[in-house]
Amino acid sequence: MNKYDFLQIILILGVLIGLAPFLGFYMAKVYEGEKHVLFFLRPIERIIYSFCRIDVKREMNWKEYSKSLIVFNLFGLIFVFLLQITQHTLPFNPEHLPNVPWDLSLNTAISFATNTNWQSYSGEATLSYLTQMLGLCVQNFLSAATGMAVLMALIKGLIRRTTSDIGNFWVDVTRSILYILFPLSIILALALVSQGVVQNFSSYVIATTLEGVKQIIPTGPAASQIAIKQLGTNGGGFFGANSAHPFENPTPFSNFLEMLSILLIPAGLVFTFGKMVKSNRQGIVLFAAKFILLVVALGFALWAEYNVSSQFEGAQWMEGKETRFGITNSIIWSNFTSGASNGSINAAHSSLSPLSGGLAMLNIMLGEIVFGGVGSGLYGMILFVFITVFICGLMVGRTPEYLGKKIEKKEIQMAMLAILLPNAMILIGASLSAVLPHGFQAVLNKGPHGLSEILYAFSSASQNNGSAFAGLGTNTTYYNLFLGLCMLVGRYAVIFPVLSVAGSLAQKKYMPPGFGTFATDTYLFVTILIFVILIVGALTHLPALALGPIVEHLLMLTGKTF
Amino acid sequence: MKASMFERKIFFKAIGDSFIKLDPRSQFKNPVIFITLLGAVITTIIAFKSSEDLIFDIQIAIWLWFTVLFANFSEAIAEGRGKAQADFLKKAKTNTMARLLKDGKETKINASSLKKNDLVVCETGDMIPGDGEVVEGIATVDESAITGESAPVVRESGGDRSAVTGGTRVLSDRIVIQITSEQGNTFIDRMIHLIEGAKRQKTPNEIALNILLSGLSIILLLTVVTLKGFSDYSSQASGEDLSKIVTVPVLIALLICLIPTTIGGLLSAIGISGMDRLIRKNVIATSGRAVEAAGDIDVLLLDKTGTITLGNRMASELYTAPDVMIDYLAQVAMMASSSDETPEGRSIITLIKNRFEMSLPDLFRQRAKPLPFTAKTKMSGVDFTDLNGVLHRIRKGAFEAIQQYIHELGEKIPQQVQDQAAQISKMGGTPLVVVEDERVLGVIYLKDVVKDGIQERFAELRKMGIKTVMITGDNPLTAAAIAAEAGVDDFISEATPELKLMRIREEQSKGHLIAMTGDGTNDAPALAQADVGVAMNTGTQAAREAGNMVDLDSNPTKLIEIVETGKQILMTRGALTTFSIANDVAKYFAIIPALFATLYLANANVGPLAKLNVMNLHSPQSAILSAVVFNALIIIMLIPLALKGVRYRPIGANALLWRNLLIYGLGGVVAPFFGIKLIDMFLVAARLV
Repeated sequence: MNKYDFLQIILILGVLIGLAPFLGFYMAKVYEGEKHVLFFLRPIERIIYSFCRIDVKREMNWKEYSKSLIVFNLFGLIFVFLLQITQHTLPFNPEHLPNVPWDLSLNTAISFATNTNWQSYSGEATLSYLTQMLGLCVQNFLSAATGMAVLMALIKGLIRRTTSDIGNFWVDVTRSILYILFPLSIILALALVSQGVVQNFSSYVIATTLEGVKQIIPTGPAASQIAIKQLGTNGGGFFGANSAHPFENPTPFSNFLEMLSILLIPAGLVFTFGKMVKSNRQGIVLFAAKFILLVVALGFALWAEYNVSSQFEGAQWMEGKETRFGITNSIIWSNFTSGASNGSINAAHSSLSPLSGGLAMLNIMLGEIVFGGVGSGLYGMILFVFITVFICGLMVGRTPEYLGKKIEKKEIQMAMLAILLPNAMILIGASLSAVLPHGFQAVLNKGPHGLSEILYAFSSASQNNGSAFAGLGTNTTYYNLFLGLCMLVGRYAVIFPVLSVAGSLAQKKYMPPGFGTFATDTYLFVTILIFVILIVGALTHLPALALGPIVEHLLMLTGKTF
Repeated sequence: MKASMFERKIFFKAIGDSFIKLDPRSQFKNPVIFITLLGAVITTIIAFKSSEDLIFDIQIAIWLWFTVLFANFSEAIAEGRGKAQADFLKKAKTNTMARLLKDGKETKINASSLKKNDLVVCETGDMIPGDGEVVEGIATVDESAITGESAPVVRESGGDRSAVTGGTRVLSDRIVIQITSEQGNTFIDRMIHLIEGAKRQKTPNEIALNILLSGLSIILLLTVVTLKGFSDYSSQASGEDLSKIVTVPVLIALLICLIPTTIGGLLSAIGISGMDRLIRKNVIATSGRAVEAAGDIDVLLLDKTGTITLGNRMASELYTAPDVMIDYLAQVAMMASSSDETPEGRSIITLIKNRFEMSLPDLFRQRAKPLPFTAKTKMSGVDFTDLNGVLHRIRKGAFEAIQQYIHELGEKIPQQVQDQAAQISKMGGTPLVVVEDERVLGVIYLKDVVKDGIQERFAELRKMGIKTVMITGDNPLTAAAIAAEAGVDDFISEATPELKLMRIREEQSKGHLIAMTGDGTNDAPALAQADVGVAMNTGTQAAREAGNMVDLDSNPTKLIEIVETGKQILMTRGALTTFSIANDVAKYFAIIPALFATLYLANANVGPLAKLNVMNLHSPQSAILSAVVFNALIIIMLIPLALKGVRYRPIGANALLWRNLLIYGLGGVVAPFFGIKLIDMFLVAARLV
């Protein structure tokens, strides 16, 4: 690593820290209905409400909120599914791509409804422009907005007292899209187009190379979709190669923008949280916990990646990386994308050194809370906060409370459920696939690396990340259905417990902090929170990781690679 | 000697009970230990039916059984201590005869056939047959059977000391008691029930912790079960046969090491022993919930009289009017109080006797006509005819009463005396004005005596973060003075039962948790409304029924101990949970390399994962067995801590958290590395592996 590498790391982290609070405070205004910069869009908001017959003033309890969410997501899922299996007969299909098989369609529909964006297909070879734009691109917005709405419900549960109302789902979704996701996407899309990202409806270009070979160069409406895929922690690339593709991510500057936009909204939401609970410090400590987890993992991954070179006589470890980005930017991206539940990539994770690949996997396994998905990264984190507060509260001899709300049976029950189920899907899915022929036959590499491939796929699906380790042929009925199930569990087995907790918290009284209350806005708390997250993650996954990336790393030290 | 015999008896009984508790129906309530029991059963079956290595598998099975038994033992020994106390109480319940009073006639009947509202007579030496109220007379009562305190207490009709408890004994005098509770539901009955744990229910906090522990256990169960798949894959991929190493007993051993057996095993012992510690402090709580709620209390309301101050006011100073000699005032004051039998009156005589070495001549008594205190005049005194035949009308009374009395005689209280009286009120005292005929002689300062050491106790409460509020019927001026002297944070003056109730509701609506101590019938609504209501045992039956705790020592600052106990129960649970989970780190470092050290052998004898064997344990078998043995032994080693509780210090929540994290978190990570290594060395030396 040279000084330019360090400079780039400091630059991206610095810009992130600089922008996040501003965006966060702006989003708080949006959700609280206060006056803000884009207030002139209010008429549009009103038109949407009157068109959809949404009564803005009608508050929902957690069950009504959940029902609206199910209807909304289920409708989206079915729509994307139908779009795919009929795309051949629909317009905007210049390449005349055939209908997508049902299992792949289902997998993709689930994938985009759950904000996972796991891709068992290669975009340019499988999906028509219509499917990409009307199906996937729209879902990119809607699934992101769903995550943000759930977070808003939880925040309302925390700040409201003795009520069963946790807000209005439709209002939260509308505001998320209209004032946050949409404007940011337009800005980013324009910036990306300026860097050379394609945006057109043309047929694929056929070129003849110098050797006289005909080459098909896919194009399409990419920039608009890439913008939201990055901002909404979706991650589903327009092209199969995702952001390693020169039309998705042509320049170092576009790379910088795309990396930044992975974390921008999740980081901003932490400040929104602080603002809305009327204690910026409470937001800052959560930001600190997430930031520390991110930077430590990034540091280790960089160390591991650069250290590989020493094993191979100083050669740069460039396999699977784009030369225009280099090692440092590939590792920053891999940590950002795995931490943030984004899932887009600009380098092949399978080709990373065993430890940095393993760290990306661990980031995902921790529950997608290292900033995590939009909304989901913070509500997932708050579940860990409940567990931490509970243990700490016991240790100081006081019934645990967070932000003045008692953490009791219901909160612990739901937090454990939400932490347990996605992890259970990782373990069960990966373990079965490691022994069932349907599972391990898809593995392209041997030894511990093959196990990592399976483990990564199930982690990515179950925690709604969506990135792939590569090296695993997952477009089979077995994987499409199994991973689809994992994505559903990973998304909704967290969302519904969170909403139920929001309902339970809203009904509680506020307890003023006293002498015996331990503060949740201190660095002691950040430390304990980090340890709780790491211990839960490590205890659950250490044996599997030991047989995958850890043993692969130790073998590499003896000169054996896979 | 006797105590150790006692302990030994409990000890042996607990060993027996540990086996009785293996009944799956009772194990099922504790998910972590239930999983351990299943593990032990499966391992035993495998060891005898299809073992690859009988000696090794049997050793694992034995230690798994020990883990379950140790957990049962901790619960049994906690229960045993309570049972011993219950047995002691039962002795007080021996069948007594009651002297039933009906239509003025006494009949002897069996105490068990007494009904509510029956009247019974108790005289010197009689056992009080049931809970009741004294409706007539005054007596000293030995309540050592329930309080353990040998000093007798006074019980009298009317007022706040009218409640008597069945099973206690009258030491002197005669009282008539109205029975207030049916047999089988008396105070002692309920105490026995509580102590025996028959009615013990899990507290909300305990339930939440159980959910956390169960959740963790399920995750870890999945981790271990799925490890079989990962291990089979790796076995295939590396061409190394693991089937002799990764056996079912070994996987079960790994599972039991990982799930939080330490806290799971000690969880119920912590709760039971917490209640038991309270009983030793002479507090009977009606539910564990109330005890844990006590740990969260942040406002304490106390009744002034009898709790903050001694029940009676004492004369402490005399102040003369202008042109009156102090000796003269003293003598007249003594005369005025000569027939006053109230504690205040007696305290005036005592003060003057001690300070002025005066006594009343015998002659005085013959010539004095006492005028007792009446509610109407609010004065008392004597009419005294001296040797010259002159009548002296000597009076003493409250300031307002004397003012009116003097006014009717056409006089006024001198300004200096008025100022003095106001000053006394301001200091929290009561001024008694002494007059002879129409001449005001001076003021007696009756002082409310704040109990010894009460300030320190309140300071301690403040350190725990508890605000103290004094409730009194006094006027605001007096109340403020006493509040300042006692060191309470706030006071409510001129309080009525409604006002008390209102204040509690108001604080509760602000989210505070309120404790209230009281003894009078008029405290009962407030005691019932408070989150923690501690009734004094000397109080009325109504008060004792209303609260959710009874303090047998009738010590209002007992709340400090109650709060401490509540906090200790939570802290012990938290500390052991942290310790239990922190232990897993070392266990992974013992077991993972033991299982997989042979994978992906290149040219060497040991595979890459052997590097994780940082403890340098002897062999895979010794590593696994050491972890299991450590896991079982740690339960036994922590039983004393579970029974005693983690110590609470009022040093603030963050400092306390740091402290406990260092001890139980960091300690929990480090300790097993040494423990497992030592056990490994021992097992190797003893050739057990």
